[in-house]
Amino acid sequence: MKITVSVLVENHAGVLSRISGLFARRGFNIDSLAVGATNDPTVSRMTIVADGDEHTAQQLEKQLNKLVDTIKVRSLTDEELIARELHLIKINAQPAQRGEILTICEVMGAKVIDMTPATMTVEISDSPEHIASFNALIEGYGIREVVSTGTIAIQKGSLTIK
Amino acid sequence: MIRAAEAMVKCLEAEGITTVYGYPGATICPFYDELYKAGSIHHVLVRHEANAGHEASGFARMTNRPAVCVTTSGPGATNILTAIATAYADSIPLVCITGQVSTDQIGCDVFQEVDITGAAEPFVKYSYLVKDASRIPRIFKEAFYIASTGRKGPVLIDVPVDVQNALIEFSYPDEIRMRTYKPAFKGNPLQIQRIREAVNKAEKPLLCVGGGVFLSGAEEKVRAFAKKASVPVVSTMMGLSIFPTDDPFYLGMIGMHGLNSANTAMNNCDTIIMVGARVGDRAVRSPTFLARNKTIIHIDIDSAEIGKNIPVDIPLVGDCTEILTELLEGEYTNDHASWLDDIREIKNKVSTNEMTEGYINPKVFIRKLSDSLPANTVCVADVGQNQIWTCNNFRFKEGSRFLTTGGMGTMGYSIPAAIGAKMADMSKEVVAVCGDGSFQMQLMELATIVQEDLPIKIIVMKNKRLGMVRELQTVNYGDRTIAVDIDNYPDLVQLANAYGIEADRVTTMAEAEEKIEKLVSSKKPYLLECNVYKLESTL
Ligand SMILES: Cc1ncc(C[n+]2csc(CCOP(=O)(O)OP(=O)(O)O)c2C)c(N)n1
Repeated sequence: MKITVSVLVENHAGVLSRISGLFARRGFNIDSLAVGATNDPTVSRMTIVADGDEHTAQQLEKQLNKLVDTIKVRSLTDEELIARELHLIKINAQPAQRGEILTICEVMGAKVIDMTPATMTVEISDSPEHIASFNALIEGYGIREVVSTGTIAIQKGSLTIK
Repeated sequence: MIRAAEAMVKCLEAEGITTVYGYPGATICPFYDELYKAGSIHHVLVRHEANAGHEASGFARMTNRPAVCVTTSGPGATNILTAIATAYADSIPLVCITGQVSTDQIGCDVFQEVDITGAAEPFVKYSYLVKDASRIPRIFKEAFYIASTGRKGPVLIDVPVDVQNALIEFSYPDEIRMRTYKPAFKGNPLQIQRIREAVNKAEKPLLCVGGGVFLSGAEEKVRAFAKKASVPVVSTMMGLSIFPTDDPFYLGMIGMHGLNSANTAMNNCDTIIMVGARVGDRAVRSPTFLARNKTIIHIDIDSAEIGKNIPVDIPLVGDCTEILTELLEGEYTNDHASWLDDIREIKNKVSTNEMTEGYINPKVFIRKLSDSLPANTVCVADVGQNQIWTCNNFRFKEGSRFLTTGGMGTMGYSIPAAIGAKMADMSKEVVAVCGDGSFQMQLMELATIVQEDLPIKIIVMKNKRLGMVRELQTVNYGDRTIAVDIDNYPDLVQLANAYGIEADRVTTMAEAEEKIEKLVSSKKPYLLECNVYKLESTL
């Protein structure tokens, strides 16, 4: 099962290494980890996506809570969260294929951000599932390079984790 | 404005620290210079940094307050890592101060530079690399607070030498408020009510006490609870001496090296109330199996321990003292009479020990020793067979205290921890029991004992083997014993004498009582070497 956890932590040196060290030490399998500042510059928010069962989810939350730098930990269920990733993808694109690729981009909500005679670089920001569908559509042209952020997630509606 | 190093000393004074254990070097010299000038704190010069940590550990465990150890950067800092890891595994509050190379040189691999906060990260409760000298008062206040609250543990403060020399405005904060760290104290009242009901409903309840009870200072409360609720008791290694050995409700130590009686009670009960015990693998070998058909109640200050190793029916996070106070207010109507009869029967089945001629039987010897020692004895056991012999045979009286490293099992813990324990309360009789292997990992501290004039008693169980590993090889590796013979080693009596310590050896049981008498009546440090058969078994 996929576990998504949001963590508010003190924004100072060493926190990220403490958290990544904790995962390695306790043998948690992390799919992705994304960190960034929040509207309060002294607080960072991390979104962690991990794989595991109920027991792992519980331990993950408790161990994160135990870290002295942690302000708040909140597990988010699939039903309550909105998740996004940003991918930058460099695709093989000969002039003859540009039109098809552009159509896919338009329909799927991706943006072309760079182009050469033989390649196109596109940007897509969406849910992990939607990005997977997009990738399936463009795979055939040949993907040269992908750069992606980890998943970030926020609760639906007016709720916040503060 | 004062020098930050002076501020460090003032912080320790403000925390009521009167003794620190350490070993100097270039990068910690500004701090030592201020210790010299202040003259308010007694510095104990150890003979190896690991022992500074263990001595602080012994001191902390007896005072239930964080104790302080100090080293220089690089090798000084790495030498103390084992002691920090030991304190972490055993949840002992320490504040460790290390010198560090100058801020502008950090990351340049200069002489005696090591990333000690990085290296210690997996086994400190928290750590600081101080870059801004003005934050020293706040950092020290936080460090003591973090070390001594919640689940206790070691906190490391790494201070670059230029930071120690900076000038700062000093004022020590009165209180600390952290938005991140909020340890739980009180237990949830609903869960407390559920526990009261479960104890009344249980036919065969059993209390299992661990080191957390000492850390919370809840010894008396837990004894009162067992009595009031008519619940028999077993202990983990870290919980030994909470209950006197002859308490009719008490069955002894559980686990892989525990007593049959205690393990039988664990298996036969229908409800287990774990208090300040973390269900470690040595204490409970197959927790899932054990939990079947039983109600498991787990009381611990660290919520991450609850449900980590054993499925729990009634979890309760909080401080043992607070929770037991609440529990004691309940009505307990079930006297568990027939279960207590079973317990009496289990307890009466004590094993007899056969004697090997011409040797000391360590189990019988430890029993005799404990009977000769006063009630206020602190007994510190090392690691190995000597530890288990002590755990299972030392008869703790009311007022006795047992110390060992149950979590980490670090050889070489007993003598330094005994030094710290003795210095915490000079009125106590302090005895360290170790093996001939572990003795040689800490023998340099004989110098510290003499230097500090500490009448500590040391028992060395000389079986000429790294006995516990020898036994493991005998049993599990077809008796292919390798790297466990330590026949060629110094004469311990002469060695102790060379340090100026009185010493004797005992070779047969016939002379045991007389030799014990000599050890107990000595007002000076004293070492007694016991001649133990090389194939003596642990249990
Ligand atoms: C620092 C350290 N190194 C190695 C071990 C592994 N070990 C556990 S018990 C033991 C044997 C201890 O021998 P000794 O001190 O002579 O005690 P005995 O078992 O003979 O009583 C060893 C080597 C350990 N616990 N700690």
